[in-house]
Amino acid sequence: MQLTEKHKQYWNINLKISSILLVLWFIVTFVMGWFARELNDITFLGPLGFYMSAQGSLIIYVAIIWYYAHYMNNLDHEYGVHEGEED
Amino acid sequence: MAAAQTQSQFFQSLKKYYTFYTGGFIAFVILVGILEQMGVPNKILGYLFLFATIGLYAGIGFMSKTADVGEYYVAGRRVPALFNGMATGADWMSAASFIGMAGTLYLSGYDGLAFVLGWTGGYCLVAILLAPYLRKFGQFTIPDFLGARFGGHLPRLIGVIAAITCSFTYVIAQIYGVGIITSRFTGLEFQVGVFVGLAGILVCSFLGGMKAVTWTQVAQYIILIIAYMIPVVWLSVKHTGVPIPQIVAYTNSLPKITALENEFNDKASPKGAKEESVRAIFRDRSAAATAKLAGLEKDGPAFLAAEKAKLVDKVNALKTAEPAADPKAIDAAEKALKAFPIDAAAAKKAWTAEKAVGARAAPLKHHAEAFAAAGKTPEEVEKNRGIAKKNFLALIACLMIGTAALPHILMRYYTTPSVKEARQSVFWGLFFIFLLYFTAPALAILVKFEVYSNLVGSSFASLPAWVSNWATVDKTLMNIADINGDGLVQLAEIVIGGDLIVLATPEIAGLPYVISGLVAAGGLAAALSTADGLLLTIANAMSHDLYYKMIDPNASTVRRLAVSKGLLLVVALVAAYVTSLKPGDILFLVGAAFSLAASGFFPALVCGVFWKRANYLGAVLGMALGLGVCAYYMYMTYPFFGVNAPKWWDIAPISAGTFGIPAGFLGIIIGSLISPAPNKEIQDLVDHVRYPNLEGDIDTKGI
Repeated sequence: MQLTEKHKQYWNINLKISSILLVLWFIVTFVMGWFARELNDITFLGPLGFYMSAQGSLIIYVAIIWYYAHYMNNLDHEYGVHEGEED
Repeated sequence: MAAAQTQSQFFQSLKKYYTFYTGGFIAFVILVGILEQMGVPNKILGYLFLFATIGLYAGIGFMSKTADVGEYYVAGRRVPALFNGMATGADWMSAASFIGMAGTLYLSGYDGLAFVLGWTGGYCLVAILLAPYLRKFGQFTIPDFLGARFGGHLPRLIGVIAAITCSFTYVIAQIYGVGIITSRFTGLEFQVGVFVGLAGILVCSFLGGMKAVTWTQVAQYIILIIAYMIPVVWLSVKHTGVPIPQIVAYTNSLPKITALENEFNDKASPKGAKEESVRAIFRDRSAAATAKLAGLEKDGPAFLAAEKAKLVDKVNALKTAEPAADPKAIDAAEKALKAFPIDAAAAKKAWTAEKAVGARAAPLKHHAEAFAAAGKTPEEVEKNRGIAKKNFLALIACLMIGTAALPHILMRYYTTPSVKEARQSVFWGLFFIFLLYFTAPALAILVKFEVYSNLVGSSFASLPAWVSNWATVDKTLMNIADINGDGLVQLAEIVIGGDLIVLATPEIAGLPYVISGLVAAGGLAAALSTADGLLLTIANAMSHDLYYKMIDPNASTVRRLAVSKGLLLVVALVAAYVTSLKPGDILFLVGAAFSLAASGFFPALVCGVFWKRANYLGAVLGMALGLGVCAYYMYMTYPFFGVNAPKWWDIAPISAGTFGIPAGFLGIIIGSLISPAPNKEIQDLVDHVRYPNLEGDIDTKGI
């Protein structure tokens, strides 16, 4: 099968949004984990470092996945690579 | 569930079924509650929960029986995103999540959060790097993808070996959990409990494969989330009057805990002084044991004999004392003599254990403190803190990447009707997992507050009911003794086992026994659902990948299913047998499964989608190297194997994936670059999985 320019563009956008979201994932997991002691000096719902690892980061993970699904499902339509509609 | 139904009708009827089901389950719990009020004994209530829920799962399994290959392997690929999310949640959350997690958080505070982060954040990798592409590829198993993408039998075979190794390690931990829960709540023997639970697992997956497992897992998710939430919410209301534990734990309870921790650690405060009196006793006992160990080391059996002679003299002196000694003192001296170790080996064991009580003399670490570390000098503290931080992050990385590589989870994304729904179902999956995982840290805080504020300072003559109940049932879960003899409870006098936290919450919150039964049913649901998914993965890897794809590609459908079911039975029995031998440390088994999966699968799967140049040699080299390095490091450093080689960069053996994953990527890059690029057909396959729909697309669907 032959990929058109449009197809390549779709894949590049996918790579871009994936990278952005993974960078965000990396920051809330590893960067915030690395600085947990420093963050604990800030108070937001208890010490911030603790709060982020116990709850805040989890909320961001759920949001990342929701956003990715939402974004890509729209992108599929925009670039005409969506699947046939069920029902 | 007629075939003529459209997907949206199917979705509507599923919603209806499961709403009725949830209502029915709540009615059942209320009914058991009424029976309890009428005076039915707790043991009978325990049996009611055990058999009603296992019977229910078996019933769903029976109703979903199938002889269709597509339904058996991938539930007919019509599981809507929402329900696949619930099934993923149950598949994912094991006995360790349900019962163990809050306890780990209670015991280790911030440092335990590695599990919370690792077991949720991994879904970002699943969602972005794997799920949609695997769904588009759309066959039956994960080795299927490796086989098609890299060609030849070897990548598939290594995939099968990796899938079996990590799933089998993990399933042992689940069946162990089933045995513990059934034996604790019904009084059955551990071994009997294992097989009763196994019967429940088998009826379900045996008859209907993935289809039955999926619909059972949805039912199990509903039970486990209700069972987890009710006691926590109730406890939160009891403490603060607000039914949102996930907020009040941080705003209300955590600051109070911190204040109490400071008080316990401050020798000048009244509470701190009492703690110190207990800690001093532990320090003395530890020092005495250390001295005895040194003596034993130096003089051997002669020292042992001399120590024993001292005790004999003491008994004699007391017995012949004028005026007569207190009979209690004589009794104690005689007991000490009786308990004296018989030989040097026994003495070493006993005194080493005694030496360890010194740990109970240590000051409290703050619940929210990250990477707490001890050491003699500030430099040493800093160094140990660095090691703790490194291991915390390494463990998170291994758990996350392992999440994105465990075949029983990835398999779930083959079952959705479309790529679009696969993406959505990762969201629902993590959402349903999140509900439990963001509650666990709050539960740990609430229970800690209860222990610190109500249990500590109460008198031994009138301990709270839950404490005395659990102390008599199981010493490893609740061990409480008046060490300094003041008649009051000090924190240093309590030893709590992690599993207690979830199991005892209903009683701490003052709820009736029916809720304890419900919690047990929830734990059982968590363990059974995970075991279901794992056993199916193992049996499918053997029947589909080994037998059908590699040994006999012409096998008929009937024969394939018969082989699969036969293998399921054999694997289940072997797993139950291994479990009944009670092998080693459960948490390590679980951790090992993640590190192995991460090192073996993740590099090959991700490169398979994102790097067209990755080829046969790269995949073989990458998977073999990843698995090899990971297994080698575990073997060399985990004490169980007895080698105890020095660690690399102080990384604990549970995070062996820290070395296995880079080795896997390195292998796949080197192997691919030194051999020719994959052919056109395989490049087309990569494009095929990258786009949900392409014109003139090839077709890789299994059904």
